Amino acid sequence: MIEVKNVNKSFEGNHVLKNVSAVFETGKTNMIIGQSGSGKTVLMKSIIGLHRIDSGRIEYDGRNLPDMKMKEIRVLRREVGMLFQGSALFDSLSVLENVMYPLEMFSSHSREEMIERAYFCLKHVNLEEKAFALAPSEISGGMQKRVAIARAIALQPKYLFCDEPNSGLDPKTSLIIDQLIHEITHEFDITTVINSHDMNSVMEIGENIIFIEKGEKAWQGNNKDIFHVHNEALNDFVFASELFKQVKTANQ
Amino acid sequence: MSILSDTGNYVLLMKRVFILPDQWRMFFRQFPKELEKLGLQSLPIVVIISVFIGAIMTIQTTLNSSNPLLPTYTTGLVTRDTLLLEFSSTIMCLILAGKVGSNIASEIGTMRITEQIDALEIMGVNSANYLILPKITAFVVMMPFLVVFSMALGLIGGYFVGVFTDIITTANYLAGIQYAFVPYYVFYSLIKSLVFAFLISSVAAYYGYYANGGALDVGKASTNAVVNSSILILFFNLLITNLMLG
Repeated sequence: MIEVKNVNKSFEGNHVLKNVSAVFETGKTNMIIGQSGSGKTVLMKSIIGLHRIDSGRIEYDGRNLPDMKMKEIRVLRREVGMLFQGSALFDSLSVLENVMYPLEMFSSHSREEMIERAYFCLKHVNLEEKAFALAPSEISGGMQKRVAIARAIALQPKYLFCDEPNSGLDPKTSLIIDQLIHEITHEFDITTVINSHDMNSVMEIGENIIFIEKGEKAWQGNNKDIFHVHNEALNDFVFASELFKQVKTANQ
Repeated sequence: MSILSDTGNYVLLMKRVFILPDQWRMFFRQFPKELEKLGLQSLPIVVIISVFIGAIMTIQTTLNSSNPLLPTYTTGLVTRDTLLLEFSSTIMCLILAGKVGSNIASEIGTMRITEQIDALEIMGVNSANYLILPKITAFVVMMPFLVVFSMALGLIGGYFVGVFTDIITTANYLAGIQYAFVPYYVFYSLIKSLVFAFLISSVAAYYGYYANGGALDVGKASTNAVVNSSILILFFNLLITNLMLG
């Protein structure tokens, strides 16, 4: 479980996160949603430790990140997997080598065991074996996302962060990636935090949703509660399209 | 102000670079790749430039020293000492700052803007150490070989002038390059090249590592790397020359 308590973050006088508190539960797909510029990416980067917060606490199962030294943060990060918006696969390595990379850095397994684990992860994300030897640039965007998920889970992380996992993907592939993240979260009992503004994802896998509005937490609930909320900003954001307005009406 | 903050950030980055690697096997996997990419792949340009400059220097020196009072070995002597003292270390390093410096800055800069460096950090890897240390060490290791190679090829280029033209005889040229040889000049040149290799690779890595934005910014980082490492090479050339020959 990750607990964020009264977090504040400013950039050159611009107060981006204002006293944000939230709980990201273990074994659930926790989503941070909000308009562009609302502060959701800053919140996620602050939780991971890529931004140093001005005040507040970020507790990973009781361990407060801002209190940690760099060495301790590095150790904690070995329990973290991350799926980046652009996949962030290493260009110079093949698909298989990308997944093996964290194992080579931080595990004491033999090479055979690492290959076995990498195969397991890649097969778990339904990637065909013929793609294993290819370079990231030789596979599609959807496949790159799968490889990035496989790399993120290679070290059996306790925490999984996904930054806009569906960005640049077609609706069908987006759905597959969402389902994959959801399944992995439940199967391995991971605390998953997804930063997204894809409403399909929110409706599909949002088990714990945090809505950020102008740097403040404006609402927290799940994908069922969201149909019955009277928060104007949230309704404007989630049900912006005609299709989602009709979905809301049907649900009410 | 920018110079001060750049210097501070550069020192802090180097502090992160020069620590023991998390995994030596990963370092030794990267190291030969960098030797090949930064060193061996620079050989063609070193060969071409050294041979041609050696030949041109021989022609220019002969044509500009056609005084009967000057001894016949003058051309060989001047060519050799120019190659040893300045060309094969300083000028060659300025050229390599363009090739190797832009390569390092653009590679690391691209990794930065495509979040590959963030991915390394999130995994708990010291990205600066993992990415930059093999590059700096490989280039520093390769540079003396490139310099010695350049010296030899420059002298061969001058010899070709004697063989293929009647500007100078090969006998006079060979006598000149052997006359009053000072081995310390080679040592001085190698020391300079080690310092320049460090400057080129570390300054380029610094600009690449702190690149942000998009493709244009990677280009900008690459340009800054080449310009600033070239200026530093000239400055340190002055400093080392004063210390070692002054």
